Amino acid sequence: MYDKKIIVKGFNFYYGAHQVIKDVSLDVYTNKVTGIIGPSGCGKSTFLRSLNRMNDVILKSRVEGLIEIDGKDIYNKSVDVVDLRRKVGMVFQKSNPFPKSIYENVAYGLKINGVKDKDFIEERVEESLKDAALWDEVKDRLNKSAFELSGGQQQRLCIARALAVKPEVILMDEPASALDPTATAKIEELIQELKNTYTIIIVTHNMQQAARISDLTAFFMLGELIEYDLTSIMFTKPKKKITEEYITGRFG
Amino acid sequence: MNKRSFYDGIGFTLLRLSFAVVLITLAIILYDIFSKGHHVLSWEFLSAMPRKGMTAGGIFPAIVGTFIVTVITAIFSIPLGMGCAIYLNEYASDNILTRLIRTSIRNLSGVPSIVYGIFGVILFVQTLKFGTSILSAGCTLGLMTLPWTITASEEALKNVPRSYRDGALALGATKWQTIRTNVLPYAIPGMLTGTILGISRAAGETAPILFTGAAFYIPFLPKTIFSQFMALPYHLYIMSTQHHAISKVRPIAYGTAMVLIVMIFAMNLFAIVARYRLRKNRME
Repeated sequence: MYDKKIIVKGFNFYYGAHQVIKDVSLDVYTNKVTGIIGPSGCGKSTFLRSLNRMNDVILKSRVEGLIEIDGKDIYNKSVDVVDLRRKVGMVFQKSNPFPKSIYENVAYGLKINGVKDKDFIEERVEESLKDAALWDEVKDRLNKSAFELSGGQQQRLCIARALAVKPEVILMDEPASALDPTATAKIEELIQELKNTYTIIIVTHNMQQAARISDLTAFFMLGELIEYDLTSIMFTKPKKKITEEYITGRFG
Repeated sequence: MNKRSFYDGIGFTLLRLSFAVVLITLAIILYDIFSKGHHVLSWEFLSAMPRKGMTAGGIFPAIVGTFIVTVITAIFSIPLGMGCAIYLNEYASDNILTRLIRTSIRNLSGVPSIVYGIFGVILFVQTLKFGTSILSAGCTLGLMTLPWTITASEEALKNVPRSYRDGALALGATKWQTIRTNVLPYAIPGMLTGTILGISRAAGETAPILFTGAAFYIPFLPKTIFSQFMALPYHLYIMSTQHHAISKVRPIAYGTAMVLIVMIFAMNLFAIVARYRLRKNRME
């Protein structure tokens, strides 16, 4: 139906002897928002972090199965994890601006990737902040500490920071869970805007949020993918009873 | 007054009391030293060579000796200790071996300083042929401060939030780039503070330099790092226990103690100021 950006086939993730993700297969489509929902500890964050190999830093972890992005197996030995993470950006649950200026935060990804051209960096910082709908609020204080921003602004700064390296996919791990409704609405609006350019995968605890912003929704439970479909179908006539029970708030 | 606030009161009083005991002891020591030492203090005392079998003149070579040996200690101990801590905290996998190494390092800080002194003789003076010199003494002291440097640096690294590391990694930074640009800048103030405290403690040590390079009486300054040298703590030890005219030189001993305390205090002050400034700078 749509272009496939990411193909996951028979993916397992182990932490020591404990299997966190069990035989998950799903496709992620280009320029769509894919929502991942499920109760705490269902493996949705672990799954998300498998897509840019952030789990690599966890000791004693092991993966099985296949994850392909643009037809390339990301766990292949020949893959440079640095290139992968440049292509697959990430926004974390708790906004984590670096203790640097607003400008330096956004420029960070470019600088570590060896970009030296000051004008280019400046342009890209402005562009990224505009794309993250933050520019108007910070343009007069780019050299101020990022910690002076409000929670919602900090999270949009983290989005700008991720955008600055021009990723193709953006992973978001409950990006609005620590924000008030107004700030959340801004982030959601932003996600709708961003999906025109990027492929977005968002983990969320908030069912209404998944219903509002995602084109497709995947429901995880106890490390398994229970159901995956168009959001319109998932939230109106899910195929499985357990999905319906979760979505209607009977547990979780 | 009810029962609860009564017990509360007792608790606070005990805490205040222990605080007072520590403070008063410190005050008595300082008062004793300063009251008995201050009248020998003069420009000559600080800037002249000892004369007449160290019964007159100044302690200039001991001040210079302690200063140089401390610099060597720092040069030896800071890069090695910080490197060790970075490796242990950022790269080494958490297994029995690293835990064993970490425990050993902590235990090394409890080894008596005289043991370091003897080890220094064997390693630096004899095996590496540095001779009894300011270099051997500095390296021995450096070795002695390593456990402090490593432990303090590791703690400082641990205090850098994981989210700084994750954020950088997720932007495509390599591990070393992450450490260099997004971990070290925030850990260095803490690393430096712990390190300088360790070094300033080493500066006051006598045993490790006793056999490795400190000399009883040299009325001139060390010419190279392979020369022997006079040092404040060793001079103090001689003046208070070994000198032939011990009661005559007692004021000099007190004066020497005073200078040593002030020097160490100055180093600790420097550590505090450095940390404060680094912390402030990184946010601007």
